[in-house]
This record gives sequence, C-alpha cells and structure tokens, in this order.
Amino acid sequence: MNVISTILQRVLWAALLLLAVLILNFSMMHLAPGDIADTISQSMGGADATVMAQIRSDYGLDKPFIFQLGTYIGKVLHFDLGYSYFYNQPVTTIIFEKLPATLLLVLTAQILALIIGVLLGVYSARNRDGWASHFVTFFALFGYSAPVFWTGILLLIAFSLKIPLFPVAGMVDVTVEGGFIAKFIDLLRHMVLPVITLSSIFIALYSRLCRASMMEVLETDYIRTAKSKGLSNREIVYKHALKNSLSPVITLAGLQFSAVISGAVLVETVFSWPGLGTLALQSIIARDTPTILGILFFSALVVIVGNLLTDLALRFVDPRVRGH
Amino acid sequence: MRTLLKQLAVASATAVMLATSAVAADEPTKGGTLVFSLAQQPRHLNPAVQSGTATGAPGAQLFAAPLRYDEDWTPQPYLAESWEIAEDGLSVTLNLVKNAVFHDGQPITSEDVAFSVKTIQENHPFKTMFAPVTEVQTPDAHTAILKLSKPHPALMLAMSSQLMPIIPKHVYGDGQDPKAHPQNSDDVVGSGPFKLVEFKRDEHIILERFDDFFMEGRPYLDKMVMRIIKDPSARAIGLENGEIHLSTFEVVARDIKRLQKVDSLTATPDGYAAIGPLDWLAFNTASGNTADVNVRKAIAYAIDRDFILNAIHLGIADEASTGIHPGSPLYSGDVETYALDLDKANQLLDDAGYEKGDDGMRFKLSVDFGWPEMKPKAEYTKAALKKIGIDVTVRSSPDFPSWAKRISNYDFDMTWDTVFNWGDPVIGVHRTYQSSNIIPGVIWSNTQSYKNDRVDELMEMAGVETDEAKRAELYAEFQKIVTDELPLYTTNTLPYHTIYNNKVGNPPIGIWASSSPMDLVYIKE
Repeated sequence: MNVISTILQRVLWAALLLLAVLILNFSMMHLAPGDIADTISQSMGGADATVMAQIRSDYGLDKPFIFQLGTYIGKVLHFDLGYSYFYNQPVTTIIFEKLPATLLLVLTAQILALIIGVLLGVYSARNRDGWASHFVTFFALFGYSAPVFWTGILLLIAFSLKIPLFPVAGMVDVTVEGGFIAKFIDLLRHMVLPVITLSSIFIALYSRLCRASMMEVLETDYIRTAKSKGLSNREIVYKHALKNSLSPVITLAGLQFSAVISGAVLVETVFSWPGLGTLALQSIIARDTPTILGILFFSALVVIVGNLLTDLALRFVDPRVRGH
Repeated sequence: MRTLLKQLAVASATAVMLATSAVAADEPTKGGTLVFSLAQQPRHLNPAVQSGTATGAPGAQLFAAPLRYDEDWTPQPYLAESWEIAEDGLSVTLNLVKNAVFHDGQPITSEDVAFSVKTIQENHPFKTMFAPVTEVQTPDAHTAILKLSKPHPALMLAMSSQLMPIIPKHVYGDGQDPKAHPQNSDDVVGSGPFKLVEFKRDEHIILERFDDFFMEGRPYLDKMVMRIIKDPSARAIGLENGEIHLSTFEVVARDIKRLQKVDSLTATPDGYAAIGPLDWLAFNTASGNTADVNVRKAIAYAIDRDFILNAIHLGIADEASTGIHPGSPLYSGDVETYALDLDKANQLLDDAGYEKGDDGMRFKLSVDFGWPEMKPKAEYTKAALKKIGIDVTVRSSPDFPSWAKRISNYDFDMTWDTVFNWGDPVIGVHRTYQSSNIIPGVIWSNTQSYKNDRVDELMEMAGVETDEAKRAELYAEFQKIVTDELPLYTTNTLPYHTIYNNKVGNPPIGIWASSSPMDLVYIKE
C-alpha cells in the first residue's frame, strides 16, 4: 500500500514537472529572437514582406503568446506535439522515425561503456599500483576530457581515411546489395566508430567510479571475513565485492542517461547518424519550434522514466535501498 | 529581340558541334551509381515553392524546365524545343517537345506550364521573377505563350530548373496548399531525368533513371544517391576515400586546399556564376557615422582586400567589387575598387572633421556577421580600422535569426554578409539597392536604407531593356554609382567549390552548379 502511494506520488510529481518543463521551454523559445519565417527566408535566399507575413500567419505566429501557449498545451494533452514547420510532418511522426537510430546508438554505447568501464575499474582496483592501473587512470582522464566531436573526427581520419575500414557517415549504405546478413554487417560497420566515440566518455566515468567504489568495498569488514574464510580472490571480487560496488555505478549510469543523449547530439552530427541528435540540431538551426519543443519534451520524459528505472534497479541490487 | 534570336541560332549550332565533339572525345559510359553529398537538409524537393540550392540539387533532377544553360550563359532547348520572343518584348512563346511525359506517364502539356507559372507566382519568394507575366495562353497542348505587361529580359534566365520547374497540374492542382503538399517530399511526380525512389530526412535522397525521359538516351546514370552529410570534415574524408563522388557548394578553405592535392579528385570554383554568391561589408546609411559617405569610403580604403583573399580565404576566393557577380555578363569592372590606401582613408576622415582623440581614436562603430564563417572577417575589420582611428566592436549573434532581426531592424553600423545574385540582377541584385525595398523585418531587402533616384531609375530601365548591350551599359552606370556611394563594400566571391572524383564525367560546372539537370553526368569505367 505504502509502495503504491509512493509510486503514485512520484507519477504526479513527474507530471507536474513535465508541465513545468513544457511551459518553460515554450516561453524560452518564444523569448529567443527570430522565428521560422527568418530561417525559411534564409533557406530560400530571401523573401519579401508579404511572404514573411504569410508564413507567420500560416503557423499562427502572429497570435498572442498566451493563446499560442494554451493551444500548445491543449495539443500536448491530446498526445499531439504539433506540426513541424521545417519537415512538413507531424512532430511525433518525425520523433518516432528518428528514435530507433538514437536508441540503437545510445543503448549500445551505454552497455559497452558499462561492461568495459566496470571491467577496467575492477582490474585497476585489484592492481592499484600496477602500470596497467595507471594506464587505465590516464585513459579515463583522456577519454573524459577529450571532446567527443574531436575524438570522432580523429577516429574518422584513422579508420576511414588512413586505414579505410569503416564508412565515413550515415547508418546504412544504400548501395549495398544483398540479404539480411549483408545489410546487418553493413549496419555494424557503420556503428563501430560512433559507438566507440560515444562510449569513450562513459567508459572513463564508469571505470573511475567502479575503481573507487571497489577499492572502498575491498577495505570493508565483510571482505576481510570472506578472506579469512579462505575464499579465493576471484570469488571475493566477483561474488561479494562487485555486487556491492556496483550501486554507485548504476546510479550514475541512470543519471548519465540524459548526458548520453546530449552526447549523441554531437556524435550523431559528426557521423551524420540519422537520429534524434541530428534532428535536434537541425531543428534548432531552423528555429523549428514545434520540433525543438517536441524533442525537449520527449527527452524530459526519457530522463524522468530513466530515473525511475534507476531507482527500481537499485532496489534490486542493493537490499539497503529496498527498506526505504 | 533580333540579338536574342541570333544568339539562339548560334547556340543551336554550337550545341550540335559540342555534342558531336563530346562524343568523339570521350564516349560516356552508361549505367552506374553516383554518390553525391548534400551539406544541407532540403525542406522538401519541389523548387516551384521553395528556393535555395538545397532543394535545387534534387529538384533539378526531378523536374525539367523550359530551358537549360551552358557555361556561356547561352540558353539551350530543354522542355521547350524552340522559343520566340515577340518584337515588342511583350510575349514569349514556348514550343514544347511532343514526347515529354511526367514520371506517372501523363503527357507534359502547355497546361502544366501555365499551372507551374501560376504556382510559382503565388508561392515562390522571388516575386520579381514572374511579376510582369499577366497570363499564360495555351493555344494547343504544346504551345505556351507567356504574356507580359512590360518587356522582362530576366525571364529567360528564370526559365531554368532552379527557378521554373514544370510540375504536373494533375498532382499539385488538387486544391491542397502547394507549399505543404505531401508530394513535395514523397511520391514526387516529376518531369525530369530522374525519378524519386526514397527521401529519408537527414539521411539520403535516392533517385533512379527515368526510362521515358524525353531526351533520347539520357540520363546516363542508373542511379543517384544524395547523402545528406552536414559535417564538412566528414564530407572531405568521404571524398578522399572514394565513398563520395561529388560534392558541391564546398566552402571551407582548408579542406578545399587539402583536397586539391588529392590525385583522385578535382576541386574547381567553376559553376557558380548564375548563383552569384558575394561577400560584402554592408553599411547602415541612415544613421550613425556610417551615414557619411566619406566614412564608408575611408573604411573601404582601410580594408585590405588582398588580406581577405589570401589570408582569410587562403587564395581560393576571387576578387569582386560590385553588387553583380564577376562571372555575370552584366558585370562591369570599370569602378573604384578601393585598393588599400591608409593615407587616403585618414585624409578622408580628417577632411570630414572626425578628429582623433587623445587615445588616437576618432569614433566607435560596431560590426556584425551573419554566420560563424564570417567571424574572421569581422575580427580583421576591427584590426584594420584601428589603423585609421575607428574603434570597432565585433558583435556576435547566437544564430542566424538573431542576426537577421538586428540587421533587418537597422540596429547595426556595419555587417558582413553573403548575398546571392540568383541569375538575373532583377531577381537578386535590385532588392539590395531599390529605395522601395526598405522594409523593416525583412533580411536581404535594402537593409542599408540606401536611396538614390538615379540608381532606382537605372534599375527600372535595365529591368525592361531587351537589348543586351544597352542593358549592360545601364548596369555599368549602376555599378559605377553604387561603388562610388558605397552602401556596401563588396570584397570577394564566396569561394564555393565543386569537388569531384576524376571518375565522374561531365560534372555539373555550368552556371547553375548542381541546381542544373545532371542527365549528362556519368561514371567512367
């Protein structure tokens, strides 16, 4: 009973939070100078006053702010995120068209970063003074501080130009003929560089965190007890210590989900990956307000749901949280 | 009129000669797929209701136009196999080819030409293009007569694919708003050499050879894949490793310099004359110190055009000095070019009474720039004008709309800008200088607030002058005045480059770059 009311409370807060995000986003977009008529005239190489006024009235931009905001909230309540000025399509259609590409990139990168990050973290915690541990520390700092678009371009120069192993852009090569296997391999080839680029920051983050948390756990009493019981080192680390040291990593992974999405904006742009990131950048440049608002709303939704899932995952791995 | 007819006769003769010599020199290979990268995402694919070269590139493949142009600005037959301009210049008759069909098999008739003109008049942003066209008569299925309220020489250049695509009346005449028509992006029914297979936004546009295209044996290519790749470095790498065959509108000097050295590639600035992109420093002539013509002249003398060409553009941009692109037949070089002369600049300011203060400065000005690529020019302006005692503040704008708002509401002293000629001066040049085009809130109107009755008159006369030589004279006088009064100081052509793999035959390097039909492009084997 208590659990259900807690969850209901959370959902209510989440809904209010979303509404606040919606109003704030809308107001900010409204405050920004310029509008779609300017960008349309830019893409058209200039338009006269009549055309500009026509565009503004076509999109209801000549109406008062409160009226526009009210209309927008009303639409969102009916699961309608509006109509894109730039793409001439409903925003929900565009978002769902782009979502699979971003999910594929983001989830693969996140999973890869978690696995590699944790393994590196555990390794360097166990051999904390070895040269390999220092290397991991260096690698982590490097990966964390290098901007992803820079890493991306370097990888492109290395593995698309100097050693042409991977394609330079996009998600599929439309000239590839063949069945499912050929297309799948083509997709994998396109994924390699963007996934490595995106996961590089998070590998760094997770390995550092896992190392610290692992070292802390290895100092605790119950590990000493396990050691005195005569358990093997491997058993201690992977059976007892790892599970306990993972909880900060998972918390961070959940919180970082929004960061992965924002990282995807840059990575997708460098690799012309046709996902939400490219869409976000394109619609910001084009002042395509309905699409920007749609993406912001959608990301807010994803982050809120992501946090909720993190919470549940923590309850699963860490019995201490379950009691609260 | 006679000159135009003569031109036509010469043109057809040269076309035949060119065609024969081309066959003799290099037999084009048929078939194959061309991979072409687009730097911009087109809003949709219908150039009748959307200007811009992003739509122009796929648009010119999907839709045919009455005419096409060779590199000498000479009109060539396309959907119109011949055409006549009436002696009084008040009507243009197009004789359409008989065997042309749309991609759905319906014949292309004069009705479609009339419908296309009407749609463009109502929806295209370039209102001056077809403004004098009062009606399009269709005496039979293959004759369209454009009736004009006054002679309008700009019309001929506007009959190209970028500006006058022939669209099917039976598709776009269904009552929906043509600007938001679903078939602008999907299931496009075109009239051009290629038909649409797929348009995936932010990914690619796939085009396929249209087998029933009215020009026998064309297009040569089986398929054209246009990949939308916004990152210039990624495009450069793709060209270098052979993944991309062709890229147009490349502008990053460092990439172009590097690609020029790659053996498998050719990088050329040819092909942008009709598009006519110019970089200039525009002045607010209505308020502040820049309202004084002596201040504007002093600034021009203090800015070293050679520095801009060689240090900022690394030697790949060409000099330009008037509002008309140097590649245009109407360009006149007989103008003051403002070669660097600091003494003269200082003298002008001294004589006009702008005394230097204790800090060596006379007054303050601000300089804006339209997009990040222009920032080096704005920063250079600050350094250059310091030498003549003008303290310049560089103002950044977060994005294009913010900049456009400032400039079009006259909240500026000076701004760097890039503006396109778009073929005939009537379309892309007049708007910058006409005193009737000072309209708040509209970017690329006469945001300089420039007024000169003689200039207005010259543009008016040149707009209706059908004799090419007389027209050139009028524009020569026009260019002389506007470079003397200097509402804007033109420095260079935007160094657009077409970069193509040497395997590509007949790359699009005519006057309209990739906004022209690519039915003659082929892949050498």
